[in-house]
Amino acid sequence: MASAGEVLRRNLPGNVDPCGRSGKGSPELHVLAVDDSLVDRKVIEKLLRSLSCKVTVVESGSRALQFLGLDGEKSSVGFDDLKVNLIMTDYSMPGMTGYELLKKIKGSSALREIPVVVMSSERIIARINRCLEEGAEEFLAKPVKLSDVERLTRFLTRGGAEEVSKSSKRKFGIDDCEPSSPSSPLCDSSSSSSEQSSPSPKRSKCGP
Amino acid sequence: MEVALMQRRLEDYTKSLFMEGLLDAQFLQLQQLQDDSNPEFVREVVSLFFEDSQKLLNDLTSALDQQIVDFRKVDSYVHQLKGSSSSIGAQRVKNTCIVFRTFCEEQNAEGCVRCLQQVKQEYYLVKTRLETLYRLEQQVVAAGGSIPAVEFNSF
Repeated sequence: MASAGEVLRRNLPGNVDPCGRSGKGSPELHVLAVDDSLVDRKVIEKLLRSLSCKVTVVESGSRALQFLGLDGEKSSVGFDDLKVNLIMTDYSMPGMTGYELLKKIKGSSALREIPVVVMSSERIIARINRCLEEGAEEFLAKPVKLSDVERLTRFLTRGGAEEVSKSSKRKFGIDDCEPSSPSSPLCDSSSSSSEQSSPSPKRSKCGP
Repeated sequence: MEVALMQRRLEDYTKSLFMEGLLDAQFLQLQQLQDDSNPEFVREVVSLFFEDSQKLLNDLTSALDQQIVDFRKVDSYVHQLKGSSSSIGAQRVKNTCIVFRTFCEEQNAEGCVRCLQQVKQEYYLVKTRLETLYRLEQQVVAAGGSIPAVEFNSF
């Protein structure tokens, strides 16, 4: 009998399949994952596939926008065929950051309803706040775990717009984070974040 | 050697990697994701990590060798190494990177050089141990055995 904390290999229960939306033949969730790290791309792809999601993985924000048809080029494929139900993006990427990608997506009438989740190994309160305020659904700490992704996909398949109160439990409280140090030249320069307020639970509605 | 003995040896070896802090729970997460549809998943991810890390270590060596060190660049490399080591559960490499970044923030070249040495050591150590782990697994499989489920009481 497994006790709390005991870990077994390959213990994924057979019925963990939130992306698959089993029953009534509804389409599986299509997730677009964006990360500049090769290792992380492989892991997130496997995580999502293990939950029976359809996955597209790209290495940059600009590639993501290309895929979503937001790069100004006319896509030859009808937009509906590419329909993306969730975007998961790394925060720190060269070129376009996850935050900048988030802004572009939320600034587009065609795409703003798609929930966007930002992932980062750094828990900087100002960064988290900024992403949530810009409309990110959630901010996930890396390394991302199966349980995080599973919770996300379940949230989406249940028609997440109504689930606002549940998701606010996932906000990073003050205890989870280290304050960024404003004097460091290498921290995000756009935030002056020595304030210690906890992140505001402002949520954006995501479409059904 | 009998399969059961090989399996036992493999199990003990795996446990030692966790006990010594070389690997953490994230590695277990990867093992849990591996299944029949992708039985080489962990090895593939670990191989990517090796390739990625080798390149980053080379870049770091070169960056710290400059007359005038670009700490922002060095920090960026360390950040990437920290990320990938964290994603596969290479705990000691990750922890060394955390210390390394504070030296970058302080623009302390000597501290950075020392950390680079240490991170290289940690990296080569975990690489060697993971390669041995993989060899032990192969031996078990070649002898007709299956890779035993690993159980731990606490982490």
